[in-house]
Amino acid sequence: MLRGAGRRYGDRAALRDVTLELEAGRTLVVFGPNGAGKTTLLRMLATLLRPHAGEVHVLGRPLPSDGYAVRGRIGFLGHDALLYRELSGRENLSFHARLHRVATQRVDAVLDAVGMTGRSRDPVAELSRGMVQRLAIARAVLHEPELLLLDEPLANLDPAAAAQVAPLIGPASGATRVVTSHDPAGGLQGADVALGLRGGRVRLLAPAAQVTPEQIAELYR
Amino acid sequence: MRSTVAALLAKDLALEWRTRESVPAMVLFSIATYVIFHFGLDRDRVTGDLASGVLWVTLLFSAILGVNRLFVAEYEQGGFDGFLLAPVDRTALLVAKALALFVFLSIVELVAVPAFALLLLGPPLTQALPELVLVLALTNAGIAVVGTLVAGLAIQTRARDLIVPLIALPLLVPVLLAAARCATPLLSDGGAGALPGNWLAILAIYDLLFALIAYAVFDFLLED
Repeated sequence: MLRGAGRRYGDRAALRDVTLELEAGRTLVVFGPNGAGKTTLLRMLATLLRPHAGEVHVLGRPLPSDGYAVRGRIGFLGHDALLYRELSGRENLSFHARLHRVATQRVDAVLDAVGMTGRSRDPVAELSRGMVQRLAIARAVLHEPELLLLDEPLANLDPAAAAQVAPLIGPASGATRVVTSHDPAGGLQGADVALGLRGGRVRLLAPAAQVTPEQIAELYR
Repeated sequence: MRSTVAALLAKDLALEWRTRESVPAMVLFSIATYVIFHFGLDRDRVTGDLASGVLWVTLLFSAILGVNRLFVAEYEQGGFDGFLLAPVDRTALLVAKALALFVFLSIVELVAVPAFALLLLGPPLTQALPELVLVLALTNAGIAVVGTLVAGLAIQTRARDLIVPLIALPLLVPVLLAAARCATPLLSDGGAGALPGNWLAILAIYDLLFALIAYAVFDFLLED
């Protein structure tokens, strides 16, 4: 839940007066051109950025004061994979499993789920961007988070890979999801609420079923 | 916290083993500095306070190279975010990084100290070795704690490579002074003298003091 939430970088307001509420298990899709504030919103919800204005509650806990209580319950997939390039996918996931106190078997399970078991011992630096994205998805869901914050999660994925990771990060995951997208039709699919940002301000907030791709396209003009 | 520190430390050691970015550079820098001292001082052999000064200045400057690289992988490859998203005590990162730097410094000294003895030192090192190892350990601890704190502070800035030596070197003057005073009798002609207990105590107190300061402020360095 956000009420009047805002965030600045120096003098520039990246996010202004954002108010919205998302029920558990629902999906919010966020649209907006580059620089609209989508990533800032996700990073704020992930406890990586402090809100400079308003109230932010995540999984029922106020931020930033209760950030510690929600960190292990959030799965964050940003533009950066958060993987060390010189370590293998398996080593990276094992490292994150230790930080999140997750059993080693879970590493094998998520590697298998994203179709990366065969290349799991290769250094991340030697993998294609699509493969790195699959590993990043595995990292984000490794600890079975209740809230998934996904910044363009299907970027660099071919259709087969996108279908393969859908059970992990799609509506079937059962997690509450906040997903950014530039694809009006694809983004609205499986979403419950649509948010449109432009210049850090809310330009559109409505049930996804009532939003048309034309309304989304308007945000980009 | 212990398992988090172990995970972070194992990751840092694995990364250094794969990339070989810090330790080999520190070793080469140390040996090159000894050669420069050799020609700069125009001496084949140094002893006593001069030997001690050459040894510690060289090790301190080579340590700065390691300090500069300490958080680079975290900053450039999203390690900070990955760590901050985990439900762990943030102090674990301070402890793990300080331990990693301590290990790097110790490995460097395994090569750099014998190289110093071979290239520049007058008296043989064997007699003074146990005491010197103690001084090295306490000095490394001080450099590791201060270095981690300064590296954590500097990593978010654009002028990281400048800020680390500008802040770390003045803070490490007491370490250099105490280490040099401790080592002077160990490197003197005519066999190893007694280790000056007062300077050893100063070194230990400095380590403890900065460990407490680092523990108190490190969380704020990680804050957005």
